[in-house]
Amino acid sequence: MDFFLYSKIGQMVLALLAFAAVVAVLMLGARVADRVAGRTRNLWALLVFAGPALLLLGVGLIYPAGRTIVMSFMDRRSEEWVALDNYAWVLNNPESLRAFINTFWWVILTPLVATVVGLLYAILIDGKRFEKVAKSLLFMPMAISFVGAGIIWKFVYEYRGAAQDQIGLLNAVLVAVGLEPVRFLQDGPWNTFFLIFVMIWVQAGFAMVLLSAAIKAIPTDIVEAARLDGVSPWQMFRSITVPSIRPTLVVVVTTISIATLKIFDITRTMTGARFGTQVLANQMYDQSFTFGNNGIGSATAVVIFVLVIPIIVYNVRQMLRNREVRGA
Amino acid sequence: MTTKRRAMGTLAGAAALAMTLGACGGADELGGGGGGGGGDDTAGGTDCSPYEDYGSFDGETVSLFSSIREVEADQLQDTFTEFTECTGITVEHNGSGEFEQQVVVQAEGGNAPDLAIFPQPGLFARMVESGYLVEPSEEVEANVDEGWSEDWKSYGTVDGTFYGAPLMASVKSFVWYSPTAFEENGYEVPTTWDDLMALTEQIAADHGSEDVKPWCAGIESGGATGWPATDWIEDMVLRAGGPDVYDQWVNHEIPFNDPQIVEAVDMAGGILKNPDYVNGGIGDPRSIATTSFNDAGLPILDGNCFLHRQASFYEAQWPEGTDVSPEGDVFAFYLPGETEDESPLLVGGEFVGAFNDNEATQAVQAYMSSGEWANTRVEIGGVTSANTAVDPENASSDVLRLAIELLQDENAVARFDGSDMMPSEVGAGAFWSGMVSWIDGAETQTAVDQIEAAWPAG
Repeated sequence: MDFFLYSKIGQMVLALLAFAAVVAVLMLGARVADRVAGRTRNLWALLVFAGPALLLLGVGLIYPAGRTIVMSFMDRRSEEWVALDNYAWVLNNPESLRAFINTFWWVILTPLVATVVGLLYAILIDGKRFEKVAKSLLFMPMAISFVGAGIIWKFVYEYRGAAQDQIGLLNAVLVAVGLEPVRFLQDGPWNTFFLIFVMIWVQAGFAMVLLSAAIKAIPTDIVEAARLDGVSPWQMFRSITVPSIRPTLVVVVTTISIATLKIFDITRTMTGARFGTQVLANQMYDQSFTFGNNGIGSATAVVIFVLVIPIIVYNVRQMLRNREVRGA
Repeated sequence: MTTKRRAMGTLAGAAALAMTLGACGGADELGGGGGGGGGDDTAGGTDCSPYEDYGSFDGETVSLFSSIREVEADQLQDTFTEFTECTGITVEHNGSGEFEQQVVVQAEGGNAPDLAIFPQPGLFARMVESGYLVEPSEEVEANVDEGWSEDWKSYGTVDGTFYGAPLMASVKSFVWYSPTAFEENGYEVPTTWDDLMALTEQIAADHGSEDVKPWCAGIESGGATGWPATDWIEDMVLRAGGPDVYDQWVNHEIPFNDPQIVEAVDMAGGILKNPDYVNGGIGDPRSIATTSFNDAGLPILDGNCFLHRQASFYEAQWPEGTDVSPEGDVFAFYLPGETEDESPLLVGGEFVGAFNDNEATQAVQAYMSSGEWANTRVEIGGVTSANTAVDPENASSDVLRLAIELLQDENAVARFDGSDMMPSEVGAGAFWSGMVSWIDGAETQTAVDQIEAAWPAG
């Protein structure tokens, strides 16, 4: 038994065995459900196929969400009830208000700019000879983690006094053309926008890839018919391309919005949320894990959750509408 | 809390570096001793006589949880090799970067390890108060009484009951400088605070220019940005106010914005916020806030600055090939007190707590509190201990040897890193952010008022 519990290879073998066992149980269940005849058949099938997923969802998502909500009404150690005190803090504390304002800018700017950049790029390179290379160039940042991107851009934004050798790319350029070096990460409120730019840099590739695929999926007969009618490129873009890829646009914008609402890695690595760059998700992490204040941390998490709901509702409604249009 | 973890991380690097330095700097035989594998002279047969008192166990395992990882974790494991051979107890160490959160989760989940190494007295006390830690055997307390000072013992004591022995220690009150540059300019290592300020003035007069300043500093550290500035303030409180004021301040018996604290912060500001004194090779005082603490001292090597206040673990930051020795490229001196006789010392360290009183657990805990363990660990390299049983000659580098000598100095008044003992909203929150805005230009009074306001009630 020691081999399985205490050696790395043993643990791996154990994990593989456990995985195989789970798969075997599921297959067996499916087979049994298949044999069941009569009225309970559908119920059994549902249980076998949806059961494990529902169980995991319950353990990994529903229960923690419920507990977070409960904890948001309790004190820092989750021992006594404090009613709405935590929410009052989140909605009144100046530091927290700063986080709200910054998060607002993040959520407005990132999806819009990233999607517009991705869309224009996708249209411009569509069908060109160098399309693949151009695509991979913009998509590459997507492969970098937010922390990695933060570290890279921290070097790009690095500031040294005017008398020193600049080691940051941007300031080196500024000084080379005779300007003063800029404290990109230190001077508010602009520093927040320089952070947002990093997120856009990462997300534009994602938008581009999805939108490019959607553009290619536009039926050629529609495009050709439009061409025969002699549309200008702008009319083509406005009346053909955008309406045809609308569902994808919605998915792209909402996905980036949700990713942006929980942004914390970039602020954390680049400014440590100092100099007025605090955002909600980082505040949640700081409060819960660094300061040990479960109450305020949970309340912030609930606020983020509430803010995400409208975006998801919109997303789902759009998807349902598209289904109606398609008659599925 | 990240302060400590980071410190340990860099210490791990220091171990490797110390050996390299020992070899190429030709320091002395000690560098080789560190690399030689624990000074095992018995060639094959292990001498078990030092371990007889711990008893004999039949294949028992004791689990040890800590924030120590990688090289340093291997070094920690090496200290148990002979112990395991002689007593039969296997010590299974597990290090995690999420120690502070995980140890609480494990204890609450009824899944606690046998022993854990706590880098912060604050967290240690919280675990005692929650009823998870048990009192150690009398042997541990006897070991601590013998090897450690009263101050050190008190950090492992909660509400008058002794709960855990200190393990390792680091010295924070160090100023890094270049002995060669000092030699060239005829500067002397200062021994009082006034001397230090006079030297600062002298350097500014001799060399001061847009890119050469007496001091260089940096407090950027990702999510933990600001911690190096808290160390500055703690050192200043110890010097301006003395140990009593320091204790009252840490325990919140005086408010954070007490005039004595304001005075100490301004004392640090006399250097850190003076454009003539900082930030050599980097920029103006505001640049301290965005300069990574890892890089902050490096301008010393280029002659852009002469002084950099940072703990003993900064040794690991010097590039490979730097001669770290009393006559070399860089070395450290003790950040002076107000007079030569006063030597207040800011320290950091770790404490071993036990989650049960099994005999095997107690045997390991007793071994870890002993002078033997401390010597074994220091010989392996990269760390220091304040245990008086440790022979400074065993240290793996000159800086660590100096650190041990300071830690063992009977005149030294040692105080533990204050931000690690304050509630974390302050110690890892408002204190950090307050220092960042202070460096960034805020008035001292505004900064301390803001920190005081964040102190949790009750």
